[in-house]
Amino acid sequence: MEKFYQLWKKFGKNFEQGGKLEKLSSFYDAFDTFLFTPTTTAKKVGAQIHDGSDSKRTMIIVVLALIPCLLFGMFNVGYQHLLATGQLAEGLTCCLWWKALGFGALAIIPFYLVSYIVGLGIEFIVAQIKQEEVAEGYLVTGFILPLILPINTPLWQVAIATAFAVIFAKEVFGGTGYNIFNVALIARAFLFFAYPNSMTGDSCFVRLGSTWGWDGGAAVDGWTGATTLTQLSTGAVTESASFWETVNGLMPGCVGETCVWAILLGAILLLATGVASWKVMVSILATAGITAALFNAFGSDSAITQYPWYMQLVSGGLLFGAVFMATDPVTGARTECGKWIYGALIGFIVILVRVLNPGYPEGMMLAILLGNAFAPLIDWCVVRKNINKRLKRA
Amino acid sequence: MLSKQTKEAFLGPLNANNPVLVQILGICSALAVTVQLKPALVMGISVTIIVALANVVIALIRKSIPMRIRIIVQLVVVAALVTIVSEILKAFAYDVAMQLSVYIGLIITNCILMGRLEAFAMTNNVKDSLMDGLGNGFGYAMILVIVAFVRELFGSGKLLGYQIIPDSWYEAGYSNCGMMLMPAMALILVGCVIWAHRSINDKEGK
Repeated sequence: MEKFYQLWKKFGKNFEQGGKLEKLSSFYDAFDTFLFTPTTTAKKVGAQIHDGSDSKRTMIIVVLALIPCLLFGMFNVGYQHLLATGQLAEGLTCCLWWKALGFGALAIIPFYLVSYIVGLGIEFIVAQIKQEEVAEGYLVTGFILPLILPINTPLWQVAIATAFAVIFAKEVFGGTGYNIFNVALIARAFLFFAYPNSMTGDSCFVRLGSTWGWDGGAAVDGWTGATTLTQLSTGAVTESASFWETVNGLMPGCVGETCVWAILLGAILLLATGVASWKVMVSILATAGITAALFNAFGSDSAITQYPWYMQLVSGGLLFGAVFMATDPVTGARTECGKWIYGALIGFIVILVRVLNPGYPEGMMLAILLGNAFAPLIDWCVVRKNINKRLKRA
Repeated sequence: MLSKQTKEAFLGPLNANNPVLVQILGICSALAVTVQLKPALVMGISVTIIVALANVVIALIRKSIPMRIRIIVQLVVVAALVTIVSEILKAFAYDVAMQLSVYIGLIITNCILMGRLEAFAMTNNVKDSLMDGLGNGFGYAMILVIVAFVRELFGSGKLLGYQIIPDSWYEAGYSNCGMMLMPAMALILVGCVIWAHRSINDKEGK
């Protein structure tokens, strides 16, 4: 973090009076407050606070880390639309590239409007009733929610799910920082159980029709909008994406989850700034990989059981969940040893759900929610163990 | 006409001392039978009749029940009444009886019943016991009907089996909320009713 700050201050010289970018100084100020305020830390003696990071700064870094996923998601939504309607027959020209991005942006922006208007609206009302300040907690939740939804989810359903999640998963527990479950995932889980037709199946991940009356179309012959995991779980594998295709992520899926590169960019930022815990990420990936490899070796012959472990790691929402959602500092385990156990639980459950339950092609959401439920217990056990160890030593 | 105590025995359980909302009794069946309004209504009426009659019977013989075996005596009375109600339902409302399945039989174990018999009928006269039984039964049925109303309306778009949400809504993109059909949502709805109830009653208390 310190290095970032030095670079940033150096960059900031341009904005001072007489600098090249003097006119844009208010922009610099805004970002400076967002990213590096407060700067006060403890003195070198006594109790040490190395970095005066508060929740607002933590959250804005998560939002920045999500931007690659969002941009790629926008492009991919448009790209899938063009692909499905047969407009890419002559390859991806520059013009079509911009059309894909524009189409995706138009499709995703309403999700953000709904997510923030409903979520922040409830936050403001509750803050008024409780006579408290409006907490910044919804910033990340509202940003992440559209990224974990299929693009064809009706907006009124998103609004209901957001309201449900903010009221019943957050405000009744006491607001930002007191929630047991990840609020964005509760919204997704509500949609998943309340409106299963909008959340699973072949037609929800790719928008065929027009967006605001622009560029409608019908599917070309032989096209399928099912994700690889859906195809595997129903046993109807038409074409299996290769490893690198899955990593590059130009395929159907929830908006932000498809591209591994974009998620890795976000992960690097989160880890470099110390916002997310690498232990949780490593633990989830390692356990999921091992579990999947065990199923590969000893499981039955069904398509999903024999899906190679490295493919399991890069497909679906596993990586997105491991990087952005399981690492949520409020709902995850907080003890260092607990983080390993918490991650292992999630990694194990996600593969278990995928392989053993044909009704649920993807298990990341359920795995993380289950992990959230167990996190306080894991922490409690770790703390008890430490206390007992020290008592014995004394 | 009615003494103050008798009135209190009837009105108390409807609001300030509601068995579901305040004593948190009978939650299990409240979650199980409230997917549709009709079974919830039948269940509410059945429980009301059984609590009222059981209260009357126990209040009548309360002075001759040996203390050591009172729970067994209460159970015998309740079980007899439940069996009668169950047979009547099977004879005259077979479909609903099938929908309610084991939950009619499980009224025997409904904690509202044993609670009222132990706490009220064993120590009060017949008139008060009858009113207490009716009050608790209605208090329980009221919550069941509220929860079932919301669940059936938003979960299936119907009320008492008749379609309420017009077809044109479905064509416009509306769809039923599957979450409402799940027991988890019933628990959340009961929680909401308790929330509303407490916030109203607390204001009076403060």
